[in-house]
Amino acid sequence: MISDAVLVACAVAGALALVVGAALGWAASRLPPAADRLVERIDALLPQTQCGQCRYPGCRPYAEAIARGEADIDRCPPGGAVTVRALAELLGCEPRPVDPSLGAAKAPAVAWIDEERCIGCARCLPACPVDAIVGAPRYMHTVIADQCTGCELCLPPCPVDCIELRPVQASTVHGRWHRAA
Amino acid sequence: MTRNDFPAGLVLDAHKRQAADGVIVELGAPTHVVLALDQGSGTLLESVVAVGDLVAVGTVIARPADVYGAVLHAPVSGRVTAVETCDAASATGACRCIEIENDGRDAVEPAGWRGDAFALEPPDLVGRLGEAGIAGLGGAAFPTATKLQAARERAARQLLLNGAECEPWICCDDALMRADASDVVLGARLLMRALEATSCVVVIEDDKPAAVAALRQAIEVARARDVVVEVVPAVYPQGAERQLVTAVTGLEVPSGGLPADVGVTCQNVATAAAAARWARSGEPCVSRVVTITGSGVARPMNVRARLGTPLSTLIDAAGGYRGEPLRLIAGGNMTGRALASDDVGLAKAINCVLVATRADLQPRLDAFEQPCIRCGDCATVCPPRLLPQQIHRAVRAGADEAAVQLGVWDCIDCGCCDYVCPSQIPLALRFREARARLRERAAATARAAAARERFESHERRLQEAAVAEQQAFDVAREQARGSIEPGRSP
Repeated sequence: MISDAVLVACAVAGALALVVGAALGWAASRLPPAADRLVERIDALLPQTQCGQCRYPGCRPYAEAIARGEADIDRCPPGGAVTVRALAELLGCEPRPVDPSLGAAKAPAVAWIDEERCIGCARCLPACPVDAIVGAPRYMHTVIADQCTGCELCLPPCPVDCIELRPVQASTVHGRWHRAA
Repeated sequence: MTRNDFPAGLVLDAHKRQAADGVIVELGAPTHVVLALDQGSGTLLESVVAVGDLVAVGTVIARPADVYGAVLHAPVSGRVTAVETCDAASATGACRCIEIENDGRDAVEPAGWRGDAFALEPPDLVGRLGEAGIAGLGGAAFPTATKLQAARERAARQLLLNGAECEPWICCDDALMRADASDVVLGARLLMRALEATSCVVVIEDDKPAAVAALRQAIEVARARDVVVEVVPAVYPQGAERQLVTAVTGLEVPSGGLPADVGVTCQNVATAAAAARWARSGEPCVSRVVTITGSGVARPMNVRARLGTPLSTLIDAAGGYRGEPLRLIAGGNMTGRALASDDVGLAKAINCVLVATRADLQPRLDAFEQPCIRCGDCATVCPPRLLPQQIHRAVRAGADEAAVQLGVWDCIDCGCCDYVCPSQIPLALRFREARARLRERAAATARAAAARERFESHERRLQEAAVAEQQAFDVAREQARGSIEPGRSP
């Protein structure tokens, strides 16, 4: 014969299971999946140059590939050792040097259009991943230097090679000491 | 008002007698001036003149891009000869500078403001002080109008005029208070009007009795009963803004807050005098009093010189170099910056030019850095009550985030920890570098966030364009198919 205590215990356990199950189900449907949150956190560590040197079409796709375990953390030349170290810390793996086959780390630079030679073909406009080039067909194009990430993606489409990368002037606002040239 | 000294600090050798005879030598306009676009507040102004432009005394030559810079005026009349990167006394050692060749005529800008400053409504007065380029002449060159505006927004009704001048070697404020006490009082009243302040306290350290007497007399003459002089002990860094507020009011300025949060605004006495000069003559901030001192200069003295005067000209005026000068420092020996050359032009923030010899720099000069022995001396002298040894440990380990937790942003850069460190560790410098790294990283993060946003909107736009193109294609195909359907001739 089953005592009341056992029945009550079963009822309580069952009710608890239902409540917890419902809560978990609700959470699973409302909160973004863990993988997405991991992608966000990886993406936040990438330099957002959107240059595609990692062979993915932008920083976010690379972050997604890392989260899926398809890509290594050593594929971001612009981020360099700092980014690799940050990613290694986040993902709990060993840092390593950036894959040299993907290109060397370069000094910060921004694109600059030689307006004498620009023919206004507008081919560089869609190539810019951050819409930092202003222009229209048969009108002069120019680069918004503050928004250019120096990704170099505007160079190949230019039919007259009038775009070049110029080094960013060393910032004087953050108090890092340097001498005049 | 309760007197309550700030904690910690150091009693240092003043080294002020050399120049502090209370005389200010008026220096004529130099043949050329070099005006750094960072006058010391750490923000780069934007030049509004080009090479070849003619300017007069008081012509605006550069404007700030944000509220942390003050308008810069031409201190001489003549022609702009260059706008280029030169060595400067800015935080970075070099920045863009405007060079002007003096034509010797000292023509005054006709478009400058003339009028009765005391007749202006307080908000207008704040704006006019900003247009006049008045900035903190105590050594930070922070724009006075911005500070007054922040104080007005927080309804801070008490004005503290900082005449403490606690750092060794510097005595330009002492000389100014003795020679131009009436200007300091006039400036105090002008700033009080701008603030709609109810009281003003001029704070002076007890090693400047002549300045105290001169100011008390000037207050008597001007019948300025709402201005009082308060004498505080000579302890470094008494003149640091937060420490001064604590010493005079007993209140502590919250971390990350402003003195205005406790109802007080600090202005330097020299800033008040510059405001008075502008109110009297309409002359914007184009000159300042500066101490030329150190064992490496022949006749230490205080001079009033035009901004942009090359420091070499100032040193020549003080009799030139003497002995074996080893280091040229803008500011005092505690917070000053070593300069790369004496071609640097006088800036609003330069209150002292210290030509230091080996003797002036001992014992630190020949010392080499040794490991921290955790004696804790730095923590006992730290005025903001931080634990410099712990911050040092975090910074050494590259853990800048931990340094933030330990209060590296609350460091006032006074250098007391450096001074007492038996291991000769340049602590203040390390903390300054850590803050520079943190600022750089914050800027990079902000840039990355902006790039991410633009990338996402770019992708979205391309996708929408592709969808729209596909739809247009589908519609066109449907129409084309309809037109060739059998049985329906076009």
